[in-house]
Amino acid sequence: MKWSALAPLLALLLLAAALWSGLGRDPTFVPSPLIGRPAPQFDLPTLADPTQRITSADLRGEVTLVNVWGTWCGGCRQEHAVLLGLARDGVRIVGIDWKDDAAAARDWLRQLGDPYAMVAFDADGRVAIDWGVYGAPETFVVDRNGMVRDKHVGPLTAEVVATRIVPLLAALQKESVR
Amino acid sequence: MSAWRAVLIAAALTLAVAGIVRGEEPPPEFADPVLAARYEALTRELRCLVCQNQTIADSHATLASDLRREVREQLERGASDDEIIEFMTARYGDYVLYRPPLDATTLLLWAGPFLLLGLALAVWWRVVRGRAVTDAGGDQR
Repeated sequence: MKWSALAPLLALLLLAAALWSGLGRDPTFVPSPLIGRPAPQFDLPTLADPTQRITSADLRGEVTLVNVWGTWCGGCRQEHAVLLGLARDGVRIVGIDWKDDAAAARDWLRQLGDPYAMVAFDADGRVAIDWGVYGAPETFVVDRNGMVRDKHVGPLTAEVVATRIVPLLAALQKESVR
Repeated sequence: MSAWRAVLIAAALTLAVAGIVRGEEPPPEFADPVLAARYEALTRELRCLVCQNQTIADSHATLASDLRREVREQLERGASDDEIIEFMTARYGDYVLYRPPLDATTLLLWAGPFLLLGLALAVWWRVVRGRAVTDAGGDQR
């Protein structure tokens, strides 16, 4: 048999492999260009007290999860218990409340519990755009030098936390502050 | 009230409600028609990330509206088209562009169709030539 007779089979196998690898991929996922770069600068009022400010400088010095949420967001309610669990384990979480009603957001934290060290109130969504946010909830891992190291889109689940977030946080804790 | 007037009022109300339901915002007004044209072109180049098969010009999503506001304000501040595209890709990556740039990661995307066409032509040529050779062989019998 001639070698070239195998070519169609080879082509079919290649195509099958390419299509198979695409099956597990989420077509709506948008990779973030921010990973490996400094967290975007911001200066916003806090949710708790609009006269207080929170800035990107508050992210430095400690490994922090930056969680973008809103009371209008169903996935945020879903992941709330996971955030509470992380906070109980001593993880520092800073919230960005995205295009929300401040009173409703304060009620939400009173009723469901508050996992956040602090919450920035992004009323017009400009800071969310700077962070490349396209749908809440989104969670960023920021290291002690204020660099974005990872981003999770969609509700945090116990599985994502155990397999991805916790190991990354542990590794980042060992890094030194520049 | 005349019947005609009632019909007119009903029609006006229907249109008003339809506008509210569709969540339409008034199109931005630029004093300068050049800016208006650039706004139009830019918002048709940018992908709405929530509803990925729409441009931010077409989408009614809140994020699309926020991104349109960003384009409008930057145009009014005198930013160039390239600066606005750069602003968007720095935050959302090439994904936000309906026409991704040609670079190492998108080479296959751009060249793929031509490679496949070339491959198909090569196969077609071999098949046709093979047939011609067989026919010629038949004549010599």
